[in-house]
Amino acid sequence: MHGTNSHSPKSQNPNRPQCVGLFGGVYSNYLALEALLEDAERRGVHRLYCLGDLGAFGPFPDRVCQILRETRIPIVQGNYDNSIGNGLADCQCGYTDPRDNYFAKLSYDYTFQHTSNDNKAWLQKLSPEIRIRLGPYRILLCHGSPRKMNEFLWETTTSDAFLNWLFEKYNTDIIVGTHTGLHWHRETSPGKHFINCGAIGRPPNDGQATVVYTIINAENAGLSDEASGVSDDRAKSENAGSDEKAKNACQLKVDFVRLGYDFERLAFEMASEGLPEEFIETIRTGWWTTCSEVLPAKERARGLY
Amino acid sequence: MSFDQILPYLAEAIQIGVKEFYFTGGEPFINPDLPKILEATLRIGPATVLTNATLFNAELVKELAAMRDSSKYSLELRVSIDGFSPETNDPIRGPGTFKRAMRGIKLLLDEGFLPIITAMRSWPIEQDEAQLYGFKNSLANVGYRYPRIKLLPSLRIGQEALRDRGYSEHDYITTSMMVGYDCSQLMCSNSRIVSTRGVHVCPILVDQPNSILGERISTARQAFELRHQACMTCYQYGALCSNASSAATSFEKTRLSRPRSI
Repeated sequence: MHGTNSHSPKSQNPNRPQCVGLFGGVYSNYLALEALLEDAERRGVHRLYCLGDLGAFGPFPDRVCQILRETRIPIVQGNYDNSIGNGLADCQCGYTDPRDNYFAKLSYDYTFQHTSNDNKAWLQKLSPEIRIRLGPYRILLCHGSPRKMNEFLWETTTSDAFLNWLFEKYNTDIIVGTHTGLHWHRETSPGKHFINCGAIGRPPNDGQATVVYTIINAENAGLSDEASGVSDDRAKSENAGSDEKAKNACQLKVDFVRLGYDFERLAFEMASEGLPEEFIETIRTGWWTTCSEVLPAKERARGLY
Repeated sequence: MSFDQILPYLAEAIQIGVKEFYFTGGEPFINPDLPKILEATLRIGPATVLTNATLFNAELVKELAAMRDSSKYSLELRVSIDGFSPETNDPIRGPGTFKRAMRGIKLLLDEGFLPIITAMRSWPIEQDEAQLYGFKNSLANVGYRYPRIKLLPSLRIGQEALRDRGYSEHDYITTSMMVGYDCSQLMCSNSRIVSTRGVHVCPILVDQPNSILGERISTARQAFELRHQACMTCYQYGALCSNASSAATSFEKTRLSRPRSI
């Protein structure tokens, strides 16, 4: 069904122009993942990266693992992957409310039981961080924050000062995460960006059933050799110095894509697997019904519950 | 603390990359400078205030709403009530405080705030469900449809030690208890408290002379020995009084938890 690269974007050539798709929080939503692969190909995305949390919430967790293993999309490990892979007792989502933990446990136990041992071993080995380069930008891909896999970096509780500290400490221009499941982008100073790429596993609590992933472009990025292409940056620390001139010429463009998929089918399959009605309501209505106690004041005020 | 006393600390917070700000007391709104302090804080980061909501009036709440709306950051209000009725709350918090707190919560709701309600557990833990039901009913009566209610363990110091009981002589943390323990869930591992006297290790120990670690935040980052009896409550429960975004998450703790059978 998903032969190698059958759904991956057309070009993985590191010397081609710069159009990178970023997604995370898959939460077993294999239907949204299939829709994303087609959508990214149609939009001419050159390379995709997954920021973790493959399981949770949805049905048949092995299906997402199968697609991602076949397409060989690079993946950052999320707290859910770390838990399932290491056989831990809970998902490490960081909830503090008993009701949230109740639903988190239902979801975790289902996912754990339905993930094959082979996929568990694969999840355990995923990398907690991937570094890439897009034109002049050094990019750090992580799940929560560079310092903590399950740290919540919400738009309204993350100060510019803290982000600037992270950019300096982790020697990067752009940090991308997904953990909170709500997409946002802020440029704290010229050329320094934080992006939450959203989640494709459940809608972003705004009453729409579509989900979100992110496409970033560095315009005119082919201006110099150093500024060309997306490439793995782990072995290139000597080139890690940022190029302010090139950044001025290569403005970063961040697009949040609202992705439609067959959510009624997902809802039906979740029901047939005995997953909680509260989860199904979220998939159908686009409003979070569980695990929302951790939302900060502003994000909370935008939701229904 | 006055506005002028706080300003240098806010400037330092930008320098060292502070993620968020939390105001507590006593009752912070007794301080006439607090609105001005919050406005300055919300220009540089998110702010949380722990209040008893008894000093709110329409004018003050409107002022808070205006500064909330003009900031990109969250202004989180946590309201302490210790019982869901005057009969259960007022013996702990003072005569008339329940009624005034509910009036304050109503004013907040009218301006679009969704305060987090915190209650110190002054009942046996088995009664949590019944108590939560009572809180939800009382809050529904002032129009709070989906309230966030956090039950906190009691810190058996000060008035609470007199009301219930203090710590026993055996309530202290030993070296062996720290082996494999996830310190990131302790507030003292990621936060510092500023008062007119200096920078303290945590809000619980501010009255202890040795809680002052320095004059500036940047010179008060050293580790603190968990030698006080109240440290036992944080050790057992983590910093439930802080926000989930305050890095008080449990990654290392759960990584060390008992593996399940596969």
